[in-house]
Amino acid sequence: MSIGETIRNSQLWKSVFRHPMPLDRRNRIVVMLTNFFLHLHPVSVKKQGIALSYTWCMGGVTFFLFLVETLTGVLLMFYYRPTLEWAFKDIQDLRDVVSLGIMRELHRWGAHAMVITTWLHMYRVFLTGSYKPPREFNWVVGVILLLLTLLLSFTGYLLPWDQLAIWAITVGSNMARATPFLGHEGPGQQILKVGGIDMITNATDARFALLGARFVGEETLNRFYVLHCVAIPLAVSLLLAIHFWRVRKDGGISGPL
Amino acid sequence: MHGHHEEFIEAVAPGLGFYYLLLCLMNWGAAMYLWRTNVKTYFTVAGVGVTNVLFWLIVGFLFIILSPIAMMGSPPEFSHGVKDLVNSLSGPVTLTVGSLVGMMFLYFFRRWWTHPPIAWTLLNLSLLALGLAMADSNFFSIVGKGDNVPIVGLVFLLGYFNWLATYKAVINDDRRKQGLPPVEKTEDEKVLVWPDLVYTEMICMVALTAFMMIWALCLQAPLEEPASSVKTPNPSKAPWYFLGLQEMLVYYDPWYAGVVLPSIVVFGLMAIPFLDFNKAGNGYYTIEERKFSYIVFQLGFLELWIVLIILGTFLRGPNWNFFGPFEYWDAHKVLAGNNVDLSQYFWGGMLGQALPKAPLGSGAGTEIAYILLRESPGIILTLAYLILLPPILAATIFRSFFAKMGLIRFMLMANLLLLMISLPLKMVLRWTVNLKYIISIPEYFLNF
Ligand code: HEM
Repeated sequence: MSIGETIRNSQLWKSVFRHPMPLDRRNRIVVMLTNFFLHLHPVSVKKQGIALSYTWCMGGVTFFLFLVETLTGVLLMFYYRPTLEWAFKDIQDLRDVVSLGIMRELHRWGAHAMVITTWLHMYRVFLTGSYKPPREFNWVVGVILLLLTLLLSFTGYLLPWDQLAIWAITVGSNMARATPFLGHEGPGQQILKVGGIDMITNATDARFALLGARFVGEETLNRFYVLHCVAIPLAVSLLLAIHFWRVRKDGGISGPL
Repeated sequence: MHGHHEEFIEAVAPGLGFYYLLLCLMNWGAAMYLWRTNVKTYFTVAGVGVTNVLFWLIVGFLFIILSPIAMMGSPPEFSHGVKDLVNSLSGPVTLTVGSLVGMMFLYFFRRWWTHPPIAWTLLNLSLLALGLAMADSNFFSIVGKGDNVPIVGLVFLLGYFNWLATYKAVINDDRRKQGLPPVEKTEDEKVLVWPDLVYTEMICMVALTAFMMIWALCLQAPLEEPASSVKTPNPSKAPWYFLGLQEMLVYYDPWYAGVVLPSIVVFGLMAIPFLDFNKAGNGYYTIEERKFSYIVFQLGFLELWIVLIILGTFLRGPNWNFFGPFEYWDAHKVLAGNNVDLSQYFWGGMLGQALPKAPLGSGAGTEIAYILLRESPGIILTLAYLILLPPILAATIFRSFFAKMGLIRFMLMANLLLLMISLPLKMVLRWTVNLKYIISIPEYFLNF
């Protein structure tokens, strides 16, 4: 018996995989049904549905990048503390001190890439008309995913706490100041008055809710950190599960009738 | 200044040398591929047939000659004349209008430019232009900035995928005319996911991991000075993917460009499947069968989102002034801006009288009435645009749309479409008649 065979015949191996190597038709089907990760996929698909020139694999690439971001993000969290005192220094150390310090690069470039691939994926879905019935709802889920992807990237942009970070977030969040009715410089803000006192001020408006303060400061850093590392990733994970589930329930990858 | 230049060239030379080497290999790869698949004669020179293989080999040779030249410290670049010309020609108007014309060209001549040799030539030319431009320190300092590099990638990826999709659509549309089903239909036999899909995914993952590693090793993530709430950088820019919206701030106030417009975009995207009643073109590439939705999406995505991002990232410098691609970002550049509200045009210009103004000490009600009167031209115009125009459209060019969509869906579609068109419309009005606001009620922060 070869070593490979010995391993495959061991109790340990069999306890994990429960069936022989997927070399014949039967086992290639079984592997798809018994493996937790593979069972996201159907057992068989139309040839056209897996053609790279059709899907561009863009949804897949986006998902892969999401996993890259999760992994590198966890590693970054080991070092990073979201406080005014430490945030910048920790990022500096990640560059200068931590050995093999490319986690930050991987995370940052991965984030940019994910924004791009999400757009390209949407573009592909549009160009193949794949949002048409029965896939309307999955397109809507996709649009929310797109929004969340942008918000993920946006909240992460603040965390290095350098000039680039706070001013980009300042420019971006200044918009909230002008939210109709809810921003203190928004149209209709004057309407919300009680007894002649403005209800919407720079300490109660939409921007304040976003930043946790009147300007981008420590509260904002904390808020964005929590959104970036916990809240939005969780929401994305949930929506991705629905997204993938619906791809299959809507009859797999689209194709001509 | 001169010493600076030499330092800069020394720094970029190796990278550019390597870049031209890659371009050479890219063309030689193509030649090799053609040699093994379909050798064709492009044209004959003095009785000798130049095949596609030979042609791309030669192109590769040209690049490999550039490579050592660049590497040794004199990378080829555009002449001053060309750079000055490009700088003086470029501006928000030429860029937006030019890209629109470009897109119309791509649309109408899609049969021509999707031919692989033509598309490959276009790719080579644009990569060469990028190489030449990168040897300019002003261009490099903006485009080579860490966070801006992905946008260059995005542009080329969009070029490639646009080509791919258009190429396939053209083939499918031709087949349709001959009564054949789309190519995708001919590939509908089933294959097992293991190994066909799982292996592809594996290879993709390995390749992508390698790609990300190389990118991360070659380009360091930016880290500037520690945050300081008193030192405002100029220009202050949002992250690059929002710069299209920031560019709209030139034309609209924050409440619209920063809050309402993005909400409309998200809502409009979500509404697409429920507004597009066309059953054709589901699950294959086609343009002929869904021209309307195709054009609208290209316009919205490529023109109003991507082009504006490029404009906002690469060509907007200090004070959000426009700078040509080879221009130095001078913070002291002053541009005359003298924009006029519609109400001023109407009351002052047309009627020759002062703006209506509530008498001093009048109550809030009177004041509002006067404001409404003052802005009535803009308000009437806006309401007419959004409420009167749709029925007119329904009765004329969109007659069949209206019949198929019903009232609510049609009004929604028409309004989304009109709001989308209002962006370029306002731009044009700004460029031509310096229009500032159509409705201007600064008293209530309501400028539109
Ligand atoms: C975080 C972002 C997203 C991820 C990870 C993701 C992932 C995927 C994957 C893996 C697929 C399978 C087919 C393929 O790879 O093309 C898919 C299909 C699909 N996605 Fe996404 N997606 C994302 C965002 C979006 C967005 C922004 C949209 C549209 C606005 C969208 C709409 C769809 C639709 C309609 C399908 C079915 C396509 C078909 O059947 O041909 N998704 N998605």
